[in-house]
Amino acid sequence: MEEKTIAGAGKPAEDNAEDNITSKKLLNQLMKEHYSQARTAKAQGRTVVWATSIIPQEILEAMDLTVVYPENHAAAVGARKDAPGFIRRAEQSGYSTDICSYARVNLAYAELPHSEAENIPAPDLIFCGSNICCTVIKWYENLARKFRIPMILMDAPCSTAYYVEQENVTYIRRQIEDAIRQLETVTGRKMDRERLLEVMRISNENAMWWKKATDLLAHRPAPACGFDMFNYMAPIVCLRGKKEGTRLFRLWYDELLAKIGRGEGPWQDQPERYRVLWDGIACWPYLSDTYKILKRCGINVVTSTYPESWTLLYEPGDLDGMARAYGSLYVLRSLNYAVDRLSNLASDFAVDGAIFHSNRSCKGMDFKQYEIARRLRDKYSIPSVFFDGDQTDPNAFSLAQYETRVQALLETMENRREQSRKQSREQSRKGAGTK
Amino acid sequence: MNSLLAELTAAGRRPKETALRSLRETGKKGVGCFPIYVPEEIIHAAGLLPIGLWGGQTEFKQADKYLQSFCCSIMRANVELGIKGVYKDLAAVIITAYCDTLRAVLNNWPAAVPGLKAIPMVYPQNRLEPAALEYMLEKFRTLQKELESISGIEATPDRLADSLALYEKYRAGMREFTQLARSHPLTVDVRLRHNVVKAAYYMDKAVYTEKLLALNQWLASLPEEKGGIPVIVTGLLAEPESFLALFAENGLFFAGDDLAQESRQFRVAARPDGSPLERIARRFLDLRGCTFFCDPLKTRGELLIQMARDTGAQGIVVCMYKFCDPEEFDYPVYKEEIEAAGLPLLYLEIEQRMDGVEQLRTRIQSFAETLRS
Repeated sequence: MEEKTIAGAGKPAEDNAEDNITSKKLLNQLMKEHYSQARTAKAQGRTVVWATSIIPQEILEAMDLTVVYPENHAAAVGARKDAPGFIRRAEQSGYSTDICSYARVNLAYAELPHSEAENIPAPDLIFCGSNICCTVIKWYENLARKFRIPMILMDAPCSTAYYVEQENVTYIRRQIEDAIRQLETVTGRKMDRERLLEVMRISNENAMWWKKATDLLAHRPAPACGFDMFNYMAPIVCLRGKKEGTRLFRLWYDELLAKIGRGEGPWQDQPERYRVLWDGIACWPYLSDTYKILKRCGINVVTSTYPESWTLLYEPGDLDGMARAYGSLYVLRSLNYAVDRLSNLASDFAVDGAIFHSNRSCKGMDFKQYEIARRLRDKYSIPSVFFDGDQTDPNAFSLAQYETRVQALLETMENRREQSRKQSREQSRKGAGTK
Repeated sequence: MNSLLAELTAAGRRPKETALRSLRETGKKGVGCFPIYVPEEIIHAAGLLPIGLWGGQTEFKQADKYLQSFCCSIMRANVELGIKGVYKDLAAVIITAYCDTLRAVLNNWPAAVPGLKAIPMVYPQNRLEPAALEYMLEKFRTLQKELESISGIEATPDRLADSLALYEKYRAGMREFTQLARSHPLTVDVRLRHNVVKAAYYMDKAVYTEKLLALNQWLASLPEEKGGIPVIVTGLLAEPESFLALFAENGLFFAGDDLAQESRQFRVAARPDGSPLERIARRFLDLRGCTFFCDPLKTRGELLIQMARDTGAQGIVVCMYKFCDPEEFDYPVYKEEIEAAGLPLLYLEIEQRMDGVEQLRTRIQSFAETLRS
């Protein structure tokens, strides 16, 4: 954690003082622009790329390509409760209900390209990174086939050792180099290396502001609710290589810092009673319900594994470093690393417990959760609960089960706090007795 | 029944017994091989005996501590059997990383089965990319060292070349056997065909290949048989035997298969050029139409249609193994292509442990009737 001591808390956000816009408004505005610019670009005959969420977008941005992110779009569709129609369509096409619901929504959207949430233009090129899961390989293959367009794959193998193996880095770097060559072939243009360097700088700066902002939630009370972080995930995916992203994440950081300076917590009407770590992505169709139940209990989600996923930092111009950053994501790492990572987050953010979203769409994350939760409990005394859900498919989630599990965690955390109070009282009594 | 056919069928039907006998007879240490594909030649060259680990019909109790219920049941079974000590006679297991589930199982194994060493084997998905070969060779070299440390035997280039030659002979024999099974569907019904193929996972390949080639020779001496309706079967695997029996009782036989457990293991021959390790690696990278390697051109549908045309199969049967994401993603794509080609298609959802097959029986029966009419 870099932000234990908050220097300059409460100072106004200099860059944004003149227009007085909040980061929330700016976020909405930029995301609207992101989608509308993509549609305009398509109408103008420019190349549109569909890409996975943690791809080396630097090379796409530097080639001045229009990029949209199906995962981000599917999440927006889910949050708008617009997923069921697409899910039904995917089933009619033969997709099993067992597979990732982002994929089902997006593959159906490719057939029925209209949603009340947002609309993305059809792709001319696919750029897929298996650094987030193996599932996207199959999903994006199907998109390439459906649209009869080229697919570029950046395959990122998982690490079987604690640290990322050099051969993984070399393999990824060579694929990035080859992806540049493929982009040059598709577009008929040469990569502008100066522009690439500039985009790398912007991307690193955005990643840094994203980290600085999300790290501020370590402050007690946290200046925001972790569910806000879920909202800012959309721009860290879509605007990571753009200057507008820098403006947004700096503004968000400044706002959080100002809240800390004013001593404000996540909510105006109640204090932050308990702090938890959330493992897994949100249940987008039930974002509000899941949030409200936590709030009612005074439980604030202060961290998760997601902030780190877009903290992609490397020396601009260093392709090896870039490959290492993209090949070192949490999901690619060993279980031992995952336990260390979560226990460090738990300690840095001073959490009282953890909530594991057993997300039907994300087998790679799910099937490690039981062992991770066990070790967090046994080695680090971090209590946790699980709930069944899905990122987009509303059918896999039960509000009653969620509420019961949150209640159980609340009771455990309350008991522990009471016990620890008792212990401190006894200790201070003993201390007083010896004096 | 021919004694070799009976022997190999029995060997495939009783994996544990066969594997233990093979370990005893060869005096080698055993290395368990998780699905989907493992470079068995390297294990063999290091003086070890590869043993296939393809789940089994077991109840899940202890595996549920690690894996949710929506996990593929082969993986749940492997973890369950590992915890129960069923694999205690093995020196190590090789766990591959073809899908998100396998990656997670690889991570859980040291905690779930602490007494049995897991050797990871990660494959490059971008198999058309030149960097993939280098990556794979690096991983093979690491694997080789791990195996050599278990056996104390160095897998020299000469030993690797000998093992590869043996495996090439075995694979050619398997390709021939599947053709002979097609021309002799009465002698080699779907259950016998499956068990003969499966027996190879539990036997020393030299011993198995010798028996298989003799069996092939005997089959080739028999007159071709007519009877039954030829179909192509595709999927991860087609088990259990009670499921396969439904094909036999409805007069269907497999003119060819595109099963990961069966023909995908041996349908590609090694290229003639390169070092033994390169030839082993390229054989994986040359595999087309398999969902466990990236295939942006989605060639599987085309491959299935071509298989049906080449063999005279009248339909295609999909054995969809529940919770196998890669297979589930492929299905809608090849379904559309197969339907467009006018070939009848039957989709069956299966698991290794099935309490009843009545619904499947009805569906297979009506599919057979459709093909007959």
